[in-house]
Amino acid sequence: MRSKMAEVEESSKPLFAGLSDISISEDIPVEGDISMPVGSQNADNDFSTLDEPVKDTILRDLRAVGQKFVHVMYPKKSSALLRDWDLWGPLLLCVTLALMLQGGSVDSEEDGRPQFAEVFVIIWFGSVIITLNSKLLGGTISFFQSLCVLGYCILPLTVAMIVCRIVLLGGSGLVSFVVRLIVVTASFSWSTFASTAFLADSQPPNRKALVVYPVFLFYFVIGWMILTFSPSH
Amino acid sequence: SIVLVIHSSYYNLVWKTFSTNFLLLGSGSAVIDMENMDDTSGSSFEDMGEMHQRMKEEEEVTAEAAATEEDNGEYGDFLGMKGLKGQLGRQVAGEVWQAGKQQASKAFNLYANIDILRPYFDVEPNQVRNRLIESLIPVRMINFPQKVAGELYGPMMLVFTMVAILLHGMKTSGTVIREGTLMGTAIGTCFGYWMGVSSFIYFLAYLCNAQITMLQMLSLLGYGLFGHCMVLFITYNVHFHSLFYILWLVIGGLSTLRMVAVLISRTVGQTPRLILCGTLAALHMLFLLYLHFAYHKMVEGILDTLEGPNIPPIQRVARDVPVVASAVVNATIKSIAAVVQSQ
Repeated sequence: MRSKMAEVEESSKPLFAGLSDISISEDIPVEGDISMPVGSQNADNDFSTLDEPVKDTILRDLRAVGQKFVHVMYPKKSSALLRDWDLWGPLLLCVTLALMLQGGSVDSEEDGRPQFAEVFVIIWFGSVIITLNSKLLGGTISFFQSLCVLGYCILPLTVAMIVCRIVLLGGSGLVSFVVRLIVVTASFSWSTFASTAFLADSQPPNRKALVVYPVFLFYFVIGWMILTFSPSH
Repeated sequence: SIVLVIHSSYYNLVWKTFSTNFLLLGSGSAVIDMENMDDTSGSSFEDMGEMHQRMKEEEEVTAEAAATEEDNGEYGDFLGMKGLKGQLGRQVAGEVWQAGKQQASKAFNLYANIDILRPYFDVEPNQVRNRLIESLIPVRMINFPQKVAGELYGPMMLVFTMVAILLHGMKTSGTVIREGTLMGTAIGTCFGYWMGVSSFIYFLAYLCNAQITMLQMLSLLGYGLFGHCMVLFITYNVHFHSLFYILWLVIGGLSTLRMVAVLISRTVGQTPRLILCGTLAALHMLFLLYLHFAYHKMVEGILDTLEGPNIPPIQRVARDVPVVASAVVNATIKSIAAVVQSQ
């Protein structure tokens, strides 16, 4: 009897204990950590960048893009391009190049001219393939970092395109062809050298040639498209 | 007391026990008096929700599989009790998301894993150079199987190089592609040849009992394109008809002979050897012929096409005009001489 009473009492204890636990939530022991992550400053930053005027955001991004342009034009062994990669610069360059190569005329005879979509696709798919190739060869660079570097190194070729268009305004004879050839060759080798300075560091040392060749081919095709561009007017 | 109709087994357990004033947890047990619950009807359901959430978190580790089974469509069956439904709905939605994410990452790791291809790109530059040169040297020993390297870096780079060369040839000859783009045609032709003919020859090799794998066939044919690249590069820039034919026979023939010799060394029997090697030789040589003539109309000179819009893009100047002209002139002179002499 005593043991049964004790049992009932014991079994009734959780009864009442559970009752009190339900209504008062503070008494319930909570396990685990509820610590705010240290990076709560980032949350503050996010909120503050949401509140800032649009001009500030755009200018900040443009400044970052411009800084990377400078790094491309003077390729030192810096890791700025790799550390904060972004794809704004490549997009800007790609669209500019594709628009300039298109020429803006819908002449049916000039079907052999690259269309906007063709140039766009060549640049982006070419970059993706080169990135995959360098990753398969054992590179330590990430996918988007590589896309970023390849896109930014199109800058010399875009400059060459602008120069070619200006030269073509003055006529399209042999002299202009030679000038254009020199300009495009110089900018294409500059592009290849700049991107190699960033990309080849991430490869094992004896395989650099295997990574450089597709990059060379890629910029060669773009440079050749620029060289053989002829306006319709 | 409140009667709820809920279908899932887990929630049945929870709600059935309501009617008997018991609430059974998985591991522990807490008993709720229904009278107390009825007094504070509003808040008690939120508390119920809290308790329920804690229960869920305890059991999540063990009951994950069961929970994902119940998730499918059960949460729509709750009637009333918006607070609880919200809680449970969120829980269930969270679990659905987790399960979906796991499935997606599993599928991604399986199919989009480029590590599958990693061993085929494990080459050194001097290896690639050696294989490029060897692709033009036919082997002599066909009595035992020749070694074929199974790598994909060299073939892929060669295909892309051929795309670039083809583009150059199409552009300088003023080829006009009506339905499509220049780039698309070039890529389609080169990749289509590499993959398509490799697959076809592999299929024939399977029929003829040849000892070659698909990877080796891809690699062999890819390296065989090196000869094609060289011939096209030269003849797209130097326009001599006879030069093309000589190069076609010599370089194209050498690379074909190498591929044929490797295949012969891996096949037994005269007829299978003949079928396999005849097909490959025909396709390889005819492809080079096709590339030269389809994408490269004869033009007078490179400079003309690069002059731009002043010259019309397609100049179908017949190659034989100078020859014909000189032959005609010679014939005229001879006939005049004959006439003069006869007089």
